[in-house]
Amino acid sequence: MRPRSRSTARLALPALLAALLALGLVLSSCEADEPDEAGPDEAGPEEAEADPDEADDPDEAEGPDDAEATAESPTITVYSGRSEELVGPILEGYAAETGVDVEVRYGDSTEMAATILEEGQNSPADLFFGQDAGALGALKGEGRLQDLPEATLDSVDERFADPDGQWVGTSGRARVIAYNTDAVDEGDLPETILDVTDPEWEGRVGWAPTNGSFQAHVTGMRVELGDDVVEEWVAGLDEVGVAYENNTAIVEALGRGEVDVGVTNHYYLYRFLEEDPGFPVENAFFTGEDIGNLVNIAGVGVLDTAEDPEAVFDLVDYLLTEDAQAYFADEVFEFPLVPGVPGEPRLPDIEEIETPDVDLSDLEDLQGTVELLQRAGALP
Amino acid sequence: MRAGTETPPASATPVPPMPAARRRRSGRPPFHLVLPALIAAGAAALPLGYLVVRAAEAPERALDLLWSSSTAEVLANTGVLVALVVAGSLLVGVPMAWLTTSTDLPGRRTWALLGALPLVIPSYVAAYAYIGALGPGGAVESTLGITLPSIYGLGGATLVLVLVSYPYVLLTVRGALVGLDPGLEEASRSLGHSAAQTLRRVTLPLLRPAVGAGSLLIALYVLSDFGAVSLLRFDSFTRTIYTSYRAGFDRTGAVVLALLLVAFTVALLVIEARVRGKVAAHRVGTGVRRSRRPIALGRWRWPALAFVVLVVAVSLLLPVGVLVFWLLRGVAAGEPLRLAAETWVAAWNSVRASALAAAVAAALALPVGVLSVRYRSRATVALERATYLGYALPGIVIALALVFVGARFAGPLYQSLAMLVAAYVVLFLPQAVGAVRASVLQVPPSVEEAAQGLGEPGWRVLFRVTTPLVRPGLLAGGALVFLTAMKELPATLLLGPTGDRTLATAIWNATSEAFFARAAAPALVLVLISGIPMAILLRRRHGLGA
Repeated sequence: MRPRSRSTARLALPALLAALLALGLVLSSCEADEPDEAGPDEAGPEEAEADPDEADDPDEAEGPDDAEATAESPTITVYSGRSEELVGPILEGYAAETGVDVEVRYGDSTEMAATILEEGQNSPADLFFGQDAGALGALKGEGRLQDLPEATLDSVDERFADPDGQWVGTSGRARVIAYNTDAVDEGDLPETILDVTDPEWEGRVGWAPTNGSFQAHVTGMRVELGDDVVEEWVAGLDEVGVAYENNTAIVEALGRGEVDVGVTNHYYLYRFLEEDPGFPVENAFFTGEDIGNLVNIAGVGVLDTAEDPEAVFDLVDYLLTEDAQAYFADEVFEFPLVPGVPGEPRLPDIEEIETPDVDLSDLEDLQGTVELLQRAGALP
Repeated sequence: MRAGTETPPASATPVPPMPAARRRRSGRPPFHLVLPALIAAGAAALPLGYLVVRAAEAPERALDLLWSSSTAEVLANTGVLVALVVAGSLLVGVPMAWLTTSTDLPGRRTWALLGALPLVIPSYVAAYAYIGALGPGGAVESTLGITLPSIYGLGGATLVLVLVSYPYVLLTVRGALVGLDPGLEEASRSLGHSAAQTLRRVTLPLLRPAVGAGSLLIALYVLSDFGAVSLLRFDSFTRTIYTSYRAGFDRTGAVVLALLLVAFTVALLVIEARVRGKVAAHRVGTGVRRSRRPIALGRWRWPALAFVVLVVAVSLLLPVGVLVFWLLRGVAAGEPLRLAAETWVAAWNSVRASALAAAVAAALALPVGVLSVRYRSRATVALERATYLGYALPGIVIALALVFVGARFAGPLYQSLAMLVAAYVVLFLPQAVGAVRASVLQVPPSVEEAAQGLGEPGWRVLFRVTTPLVRPGLLAGGALVFLTAMKELPATLLLGPTGDRTLATAIWNATSEAFFARAAAPALVLVLISGIPMAILLRRRHGLGA
């Protein structure tokens, strides 16, 4: 009985699978055509449930061609390790002003960098927008970035650009000690970052050993203080400190009084204050020229695979215009890096932060930092 | 079955399945089942190939890591967490399933829906919510003035993971209970067993495949979860893998750990395959299955209701309440509500990709399920088990594996909707396979044989006889895939069409930068939208039994 059916079966299922595949192609080509603003009405649910028959329609099955067509119009693909909440408006602003189609993929900074590395030379990315100098350094280290124009690099203080000219900072962020104002007086805060491991802070200090900003900070401390001092400090912090997943979790815990102080980036606090003006946390800097006040950057690098580097350089320059810098200051609560742009009123000027002169391009040895953190028992 | 060795009476009384009913077809399984099953298993095993290629690049380092003591510790941690979460989920999920299908619990259909919804809350959102509510100085402590045990570590991670994953057991066991032939239990009662004995000796053994399938989904989910373990600070495999990726781009370290995770998964798959046994739950005699009569709870009615209310309150109302609180607090402080058009575009993007993934996963699960039940052999069971490989790996590993393959070989399909759907299928296929397989077990092979005997070719039997009969499993499996794809993050971020927002990415974009109020609206929309297919699904299932 069954043998009779064999030949039909051989035809039927491959045909069905081909139809499914074609359906996928059709849908993905619709995808490529749709501008971002496409609403539910433009592609109704009927389309998703489309009958496989539709896939046979020659007009519909031109997916790949359409996709190539869009690649020819000016499109810049940005892989952003910075959240859409932070940089979405500024990138949309550039697109609106210039008519260039800016497509952005958002994700975690290191995951985006890892993605570019896995994609290799087939990467569609033109620009990488990194959360810190470390991720940019990792791409540079793999030879995936290209030189930026001199004029671009010159618009920021040389501290905030790669000495080899392959990435440039777009905004600054400072490491601070944040504290719960109900639990601690500003005067009682530890004076230097090395003091946060004092026994008096046992169980009261929050930190984030797995977090990229923290690790970049530790790298900076190693450059300034040497590995032995830093390893002892990390081991001490591992003993007295309470480890959180990220800066957000530290600041959230500070608000509840779960810990009294925390080493974190300066700007998270202002987001909490925006949603809850009574949030009982403030930021403070360590006393004097302390490495605890390290200033890092968020910045961009142009990929070696960029199809039209000149167009991408133009976007980079836009991020360094006065308007864009003012946006980072007012909306993201970060430090503008272009001289002359006023910062957030609640924050000091970036030049006023007392910090040792650490070259950000020296912060590339993340691997060494991770190994140090592992030796000190802070990472598994 | 133990209950079923008596000679069946001549009337239409239901007959319990007998050993003979387990018979499987002899001979080689047909091509129209093998090909799609091979495609499914191959896709799921693809990331494994990538891991091997990567690990082979740095063999010494791979071996070092393998034998390090911290790796052993992480392994032990993960094992304990998996065991506790599975046990906790069974304690919550099985009674929930039984109460909402088999008894006269007031409002049981509503409770089933509400009880299943925690599945759609992303674990990192749930973790933030539970820390805010139950953490030190959180809402519960500050309003009640009591000190709770620490939410961090093993205890908290277990609690949060049980609360977001017990719906897997609820749904699979519910499906099995609805499809259960009441004749089996009635036969047991008529043969002199008490209600309790019947539950123990007939009902529970019949539920074994469903309990096993649900437990396996939970165990693998726990292996792959990152959100809860990271925020609750418990060093499981996934947290360590992410840490390796994020810290210093240590891809080799991450890959070695992921390979260990695969080994762990294979062990779980083998165990579950043994535990589920060879139960056949279909009838072999004449007559047609009736729906079961609800069991009167009597004086247990109110305690049972209290239990169900408590579970729903803690697992659903609490996190949703926290979301509403974030939303209101943000709006009060002048934040935009974010129910603007972009949230609905994100919702549409989420629904479209998830629905396609659900359809493809269900379509692939059918041949896999039929093969592993009807043509049971080492090879077909291995094929079925292979589809589980993608599910236990952390999303970031699968996503990067598909980035590696996709960027090289997929051409224009890379980072298209089709690619994203494929990623979802690789990740979540076993959810559909488990549900479909459980359904196939309830279909008597005699029905298919009769159709073949009447001259229908095999593939037509599959479409015209088997498919309608296993529709509950296809729907349940598809719904599970849909719901988990809705909240999936790493693959969505890396493989979705560039520039497309989904609800999950919108929530992540906001919470990762501490904009909780902005995360609240898309998170609530996610819960609401996911409620719709769940409601339809539960209604249908109910109708099936009615």
